[in-house]
Parts: sequence; structure tokens; C-alpha cells
Amino acid sequence: MSAPTTTYRECCKQAIRAALLADPRVFLMGEDVGRYGGCYAVSKGLLDEFGPERIRDTPLSESAFVGAGIGAAIAGMRPIVEIMTVNFSLLALDQILNNAATIPHMSGGQFAIPLVIRMATGGGRQLAAQHSHSLEGWYAHIPGLKILAPATLEDARYMLAPALLDPNPVLIFEHIMLYNLEGVLDPAVTSVDIEHAAIRRPGRDVTLVTYGGSLPETLAAAETLAREGIEAEVIDLRVLRPLDEATILESVRRTRRCVIVDEGWRSGSLSAEIGMRIAEQAFYELDAPLRRVCSAEVPMPYAGHLERAALPNRERIAAAVRTLLRPGS
Amino acid sequence: MTREELERVVADVLAGIAPEADLASVKPAEDLREALDLDSMDFLNLVIGLHERLGIDIPEADYPKLFSKEGLLAYLVTKTGG
Amino acid sequence: MGLFRMPSLGADMEAGTLVEWLVKPGDSVKRGQVVAVVETQKGAIEVECFEEGTVEELLLAPGQKVPVETPMARIRAPGEVPAAAAPAAPPPPAAAPAAAPREAPSVAKAAAPPPPPPPAPTAGPKVSPAARRRALELGVPLDRIHGTGPDGAITVADVEAAARGAAAEAPTPAPAPAGPVSPKAEAVRAAPRRGFDPVEMRKAIAAAMSRSKREIPHYYLATTVEMARALAFLEAVNRERPPPERLLPAVLLLKATALALREVPELNGFWVEGGFRPGPGIHLGWAISLRGGGLVAPAIHDVDARPLPELMAALRDLVGRARNGGLKSSELADATLTITSLGERGAEAVLPVIYPPQVAMVGFGAIVRRPWVDDEGGLVARPVVQVSLAADHRASDGHLGSRFLAAIADHLQRPESL
Repeated sequence: MSAPTTTYRECCKQAIRAALLADPRVFLMGEDVGRYGGCYAVSKGLLDEFGPERIRDTPLSESAFVGAGIGAAIAGMRPIVEIMTVNFSLLALDQILNNAATIPHMSGGQFAIPLVIRMATGGGRQLAAQHSHSLEGWYAHIPGLKILAPATLEDARYMLAPALLDPNPVLIFEHIMLYNLEGVLDPAVTSVDIEHAAIRRPGRDVTLVTYGGSLPETLAAAETLAREGIEAEVIDLRVLRPLDEATILESVRRTRRCVIVDEGWRSGSLSAEIGMRIAEQAFYELDAPLRRVCSAEVPMPYAGHLERAALPNRERIAAAVRTLLRPGS
Repeated sequence: MTREELERVVADVLAGIAPEADLASVKPAEDLREALDLDSMDFLNLVIGLHERLGIDIPEADYPKLFSKEGLLAYLVTKTGG
Repeated sequence: MGLFRMPSLGADMEAGTLVEWLVKPGDSVKRGQVVAVVETQKGAIEVECFEEGTVEELLLAPGQKVPVETPMARIRAPGEVPAAAAPAAPPPPAAAPAAAPREAPSVAKAAAPPPPPPPAPTAGPKVSPAARRRALELGVPLDRIHGTGPDGAITVADVEAAARGAAAEAPTPAPAPAGPVSPKAEAVRAAPRRGFDPVEMRKAIAAAMSRSKREIPHYYLATTVEMARALAFLEAVNRERPPPERLLPAVLLLKATALALREVPELNGFWVEGGFRPGPGIHLGWAISLRGGGLVAPAIHDVDARPLPELMAALRDLVGRARNGGLKSSELADATLTITSLGERGAEAVLPVIYPPQVAMVGFGAIVRRPWVDDEGGLVARPVVQVSLAADHRASDGHLGSRFLAAIADHLQRPESL
């Protein structure tokens, strides 16, 4: 019997469920995670199964409930805090940067903060400029945090467990366009690491570095390019901090070309960081300029056609690759 | 010139041709060309050097007499009237 | 304005270290003048300049190691305006005003024109970093490559295609430059100036010979040449000459090869870009083994046109300079065919390895006395030499090679014509 089809959303839920079952110190907390079942319906049904002690609806105060999560973690709990969307996480930035990322360091290691913060990120659902941005690159700037971006069913299902085991705060970014991703969870996979990038498609001509919601678009672009005779290698970063430089550099040294696909804004972005590291460490291996496909540097438009025009997509990714390999076309 | 003086002249000329050559280490009957790894150009340069330093003519026909250290020094002693 | 660049002294050279400038800014130079000493894998080489004019600026300091083609000095062509007096610069103030002689120096100083801005970098072709490195490894000059990359940039594929097109420029297994800090000028000076590094030389030989055997389909021919007449000729000549003017058999072999090449010019030149390119003259490389190991094969120019005494002097001079350092760049770069002669104590025969991109190499064994059947059918003892040819089968065939060896043998039978 073949394994049943599932979704990314369901994988996120089962990850939380498994964590709750495995460890009584684990609880989920956030806006509308209980009675409403989560803004993106990830936690639907968990309140009934685990009760209000472990599935806790919070007031609309990101600073307060993230701070509470930090305190609970210091006190020995294993909280999973959900923030509705990355834009709202800025209300809790003081807690995340000045407390979560910093206290283990300032206490000389006396306080561990085994906290996991999940949040939705990215555009594509016409949720406009206050709910659609990709700010995970900002968080990847901060020492003391580990930043994860699951882009596959397996990562959505299995990244949470090692994140909870980590003594430091871990932020998990779930792209809103991935929740409906359908597929069969690979039965051979029962755990994943949260250290390495993954080569999702091998290729010899160009390396496409991406993560999160841009992975499906990038893979689609690679398929298009393959029909034109261009074999693109696709790297899914998975972990945005600390970056798995070795995988990126090894690939770029083979293909000698790299396009970075990052839904964040280009200026000061994660793509800029990756490009610079390649320039620093693989300059002499490069056979073409580095290229990036990022979101347009505007607040995300509400109108569907404008939003589509602002986001990276398979056509723009393929076009960027062609400028490196088929400059005449 | 004495044999000792002549040996010094030979060593001196050789130093300009094969700086690492050590004439003193060559046995009397040994072939200089073998012992010091001299090719025909080196040997010609040795003859030229001796010709210039000592003012003697060394016909080509006499070359075989010069191949051993013993023979060379004896030849030079005769030629310089020693 | 001309740029004097680090020359390529053979396809296997990647970089050189400036040991010494023999000119200074303001000196006038002419074509062929030795202007610098450069340390290479083949030892310290006197480098000639191919520009005429005035040395404007030296761009390298002794001790600096730079890749081939790096500009080393700027040379102003005759009649060209010096950069320091560029039209934009205001004229220097006239003599200090007589009325205020004491203040003159400071006035003059304040009014002095600002130093000229550095010249704008010249825009060369766009080359990807990887392509630049690959071109250096392969010894492919970038100015001959058509770029197909973004903005017309030259890519690795372009370099490799150019190298495949030009067999002469094909890969040498040179490691990437390890980038050791170049020795200080003092250190270079302190070392024997004319010396060479045996390790580096070994590497250069390894690269050139590996490339030869990898790329050149050699064929080999050999013939035995009777040398009685040639040696009798030499004996007669030398009998009348004081030692400094005497000739060695080597010079007969050299000249005979050059005259044979006149008759078979297909062996005199290079295999480049998938075809044969004739040499610009008969410039014969002469393989000189160095004491302590290694060898170099500097060229003697226009051998076919020069009389024996002159060639003998050139050969003596070359051997001396090769062994003590001081070869010139032109001598190392442009041999059109190379000869290896094993000398009187050498083996009887040699099967040479062609020095790329040349298309042939001639070998002479030791001259030895061997049984010989004379014209009357009698068996006699005669001096003979084995002459061998290694030739590039892409450029020629055995029939032509046989004709060439026969021509050498023929010239050696008529020594008075050499």
C-alpha cells in the first residue's frame, strides 16, 4: 500500500503533535492557536487533543507572549511560540534580539533558552504590505539565533524536534505558499538535521541557491532550463543561520556560476551575504558574474498582478540563468 | 713552472668551467672528463684556458695526452719547459 | 605609450620574478636592448625590450613576482608627450619674481602643479576570474580569444576551446599558483643572481615534457652517418687554429641540421591552432645540460646563414651563459627546432622528446668508431654518428622525415660546404 498524500500544513501539525506527545515540557502558545485552530490552521484540533494548558491562546501582544516564552524556556519548559506572520514579529523584536538571542551569552551560559518560535512568512496570497514580507534574512543577521526555513514535507515534519532539543532559540519560518503543498511524506525519512543545506537537484551548469517558498519556483525554473539543455543545480539552504557555506561553495566551484533566489528585498539581504561569501572564497572559480533574483524593493502590493510582478518566479529565475549561459538569447 | 704551480693553474681554469669540480680529488690515472663530468665543450674551454694562461700551443692531436690528470700535468711541465 | 610586459619565455612559463632593472626612468631604450633581469623556472633571464622610446615609469620593484603579461614598465614612444607634462597640467611658474627673492621658494612650492592623476586603467576584454586563471594555466593569450559570456566576457569554455583549437596552447598540468610571498629584493640579490632553482626547473621540464608526450604523436626515425670526412675536415681546420678558434664536431652537426631544414622547411616551425606555422627563420635550440641536473635549450639564430667560426663562438657563448645564467629572453622563446647532441661521452643514440610547440627534434649520439662497409665493399673501422629524428605526426610523415635525415647525412659528407 502506498503512503497517503499529505500536506505541508499537516506535516507542521504532526510535528507539533509529536513534540507534545514526546515531552510534557512542550507547549504551544500564540494568537488564535487554540480555539481558532491557528491563522493558517496548523494547530486545528490540537486544543481538543491536548487541552488549554498546552495549547494556549494569547492576547494580541507579541512582545508579551514571546517574552513569556523566553521566561518559560529559561525556567525549563520547551515552548513553541507561534507568531501569526513575520511582520508582526517586529513587535517582539526586542524580546527576540535583546533577550532570547542575548541572555545565554550575557549569563555566561547559565541560562539556556530552548525556545522555538514559528512564524509564517512571504507573499503570494494578496495579504498586502503588512502581512507578506520575507524578513527572515534580518533574523539571520543575529548571532545567538538559529534560523530554519523548511521547504519540503520532510523538513516541515521533522525540523521541529531537533529545534526543540537545541539549547538556543530557534526560529522556524513557514512560507505561506507552502502550506498547501501536497505530496507523500518519504517513509524512509524519520529525522532531519538542522545544520546542512541540501542539494534538491543536481546539475553541472549553474548553482541556484534558494530556500523556503522560492524552492518550488526554483525547481520549476530548473526543469524549464533542462529542456533548453542547461542543467541547474538547486540548493535548498534549509538553515539560514548558520549558513552551510561548504555546500554552497562546493557546488559553485563545480558549476562556476551562481544565481541566488531570495524572496527578501535585495538590499542588505541574505542573498547579498551569500553572494559576498562566494566572492570572498570562490572568486577565482567563477566563470560569470553572480546574479540574484529577489523581490522588488517595494512594500508588497495588494493587487494580484502587481504582487506577482514583485515576487521571484520561475520565469525570472530562468531568465537570470540564461543571461549567464546564453547571453545572446 | 713546477708541477704544483701548474696544478694550481689547472684548478683555477677548471673553476671557471665547472665550479664544483675538485681537481685534488681526481686520481692521477683517472680520466678527468669522467671524474669531473666534462663534455667536449668543457674540455675545449680547459684547453683554451691553459693556452691563454700559459701561452702554450696545444695541438688537437695532443688532446689524448691530456685526458688523465697525470698526463695533463706531465704534458704541461714539458711544454712550459719545466 | 607602450607597456613593457612580463614576457612569456616558453609556453610553460606562468610567472616571473623581477630581479633587477637595468634601466631607470628617463633612460632611452631601443628594440632588443636588455632592460631587466627576470628570475624564471629556467633561471635568471635577461629580458629584452621590444619598444623604442624613453622609460617613463617602472611599475615593478625588484623581488615582485607577477604573471606573464603583467605590465612592468611604461615606455614613451619617441615624440610622445611625457605624462607628467600632460596638456591639462598648468605650466610650472616662471622663475621666482625678482622683487621677492626670499619668498620665492615657498611661492614656487605653493604654485607647483599637482601631481598628474594616475592614468586611467585601460579597458581590456572582460574575462571571468576562472577563465583568467585557466588561460594562465593553459598559456593561452587572452587577446586572441572571442568571448561568449555575459557582456561578451571570456569564459572558461572559451579559453578551453581556444586551447583545443591551438594545440600549441593546450593544457599543462601546472598547479594553481600557490602564491608564496615573493622574496624581498634583498633576498633575491643575496642569492646567486644568475643561478636557477633546480626544483623550479624540474617542474618546468616536467610540465613541458608531459605536455609533449600527451599531445604530440611522435614518430621516430634514425640513421647512421659516417663521419670520417667531417672529422678529417675538422682536424685540418683545427690544426691551423689556436685553441680559442677551434671547432667542435657539434658545430658541424648544428650547421648540417640547419642546411637540411632549408631543404625540408616543413619541420622548421610550430604546431599552433590546429596547423603548422613555419618558423620565421632557422633558429635552432641547442639542448644544454646543466651541472647539477636540468637542461635548457636556448636558440641560436639564423644558423643556416652563419659561417662555422661564428656559430662556434655563438655555441660557446650560449653554453657558458646557460650554465652561469644570463640567457636572453629571445633566446629562450623562439627556437624553431631543437637539437640534442649527447657529446663524446654520451650514449650512441637518442630518441628525443619534442619541445612543444615545435614539430620536430633532432638527436645526435656520440661519435664512435664502428665497423663500416666502404664503397668498395671492404669492412673498415670508421667514426659514425647516429642521427635521429622525433617528429610530430600531425605536421609531417615519415617519408618527409627520411628526406630530412638524408639531407643531414649528405651535408655531413660535404663538410667543406658547411
